[in-house]
Amino acid sequence: MKIRINGKEEDVDSDSTLLELLERKGLNKNKVVVEHNAVIVDREKLSSFSVKQEDIIEIISFVGGG
Amino acid sequence: MSDILRIDDQNLKSRLFIGTGKFPSKRIVKDVLISCDAHVVTVALRRVDQDSDDENILDYIPKSCLLMPNTSGARNAEEAVRIARLAKSSGCGSWIKIEVISDNKYLLPDNMETIKATEILTKEGFVVLPYMSPDLMAAKRLVDSGAKAIMPLGAPIGSNRGLKTKELVRILINEIEVPVIVDAGIGSPAQAAECMELGCDAVLVNTAVAVAKDPVSMARAFKLAVEAGRLAYLSGLGPVIKKADASSPLTGFLREAQKA
Repeated sequence: MKIRINGKEEDVDSDSTLLELLERKGLNKNKVVVEHNAVIVDREKLSSFSVKQEDIIEIISFVGGG
Repeated sequence: MSDILRIDDQNLKSRLFIGTGKFPSKRIVKDVLISCDAHVVTVALRRVDQDSDDENILDYIPKSCLLMPNTSGARNAEEAVRIARLAKSSGCGSWIKIEVISDNKYLLPDNMETIKATEILTKEGFVVLPYMSPDLMAAKRLVDSGAKAIMPLGAPIGSNRGLKTKELVRILINEIEVPVIVDAGIGSPAQAAECMELGCDAVLVNTAVAVAKDPVSMARAFKLAVEAGRLAYLSGLGPVIKKADASSPLTGFLREAQKA
């Protein structure tokens, strides 16, 4: 099924959890913040949160800035 | 002499706030922060770049620093609020530098949207420090909306041009009760000292340190300048006059004849 991650369309297994998506990308859940359809998802809920077709996911982290 | 800058419930050990953008490497950020004893440090939030290294800027910021994420990228209050909430949910505290910009040429802040965002985020429990154009009425409204300090620009971001807004910042210092922190445009330690001599409570510097040939020693130079400027302000600068006022005594010259 297709979902949008950081503005890019991606094909993922149906019922993937957000944590699985992060792990597949090699991202540490403690160093990112995840937004699901514009709602922030608690870190503890990432492992139980399944994504659905056409969901919009944003994965955010801190970078240098002034 | 006890001279601690206090914002919200924090006693800040340095009046030099450091931004972490534009440095040649993340590794150098740590050395910079240590060399100037930085306390308040800004970072930004962006989409994860899956193609770049996975090292996080936070790994290079000492735990003793207080993180102040900015809302850069926000073009209106709504976007600033969204970014602030993301920052807070990362577990890095509740300080936020509101930055709302829709002018891409000069990167001047939108005071009206900044006021809106300040009001919303203060109600949500954030400690809000807004970046602003130095306008007295906007500053008063920011304070009414809950801003814990105001951060007027000295010159456009990254321009290194110094305190071009001096007369307006002077008015803010006189009229606004919360700390005034000059943010943006400060390009040299002399300019940072000028802000502090004027009576600013702190300065926020990023580009001038990041693009220096030796950022680590430049950070140290800024630290010393901020301390010198602050001490000068507290010591009370002398008046500026148009003519001369001799510093050596005007009596007892050798040429004068002694009277009997």
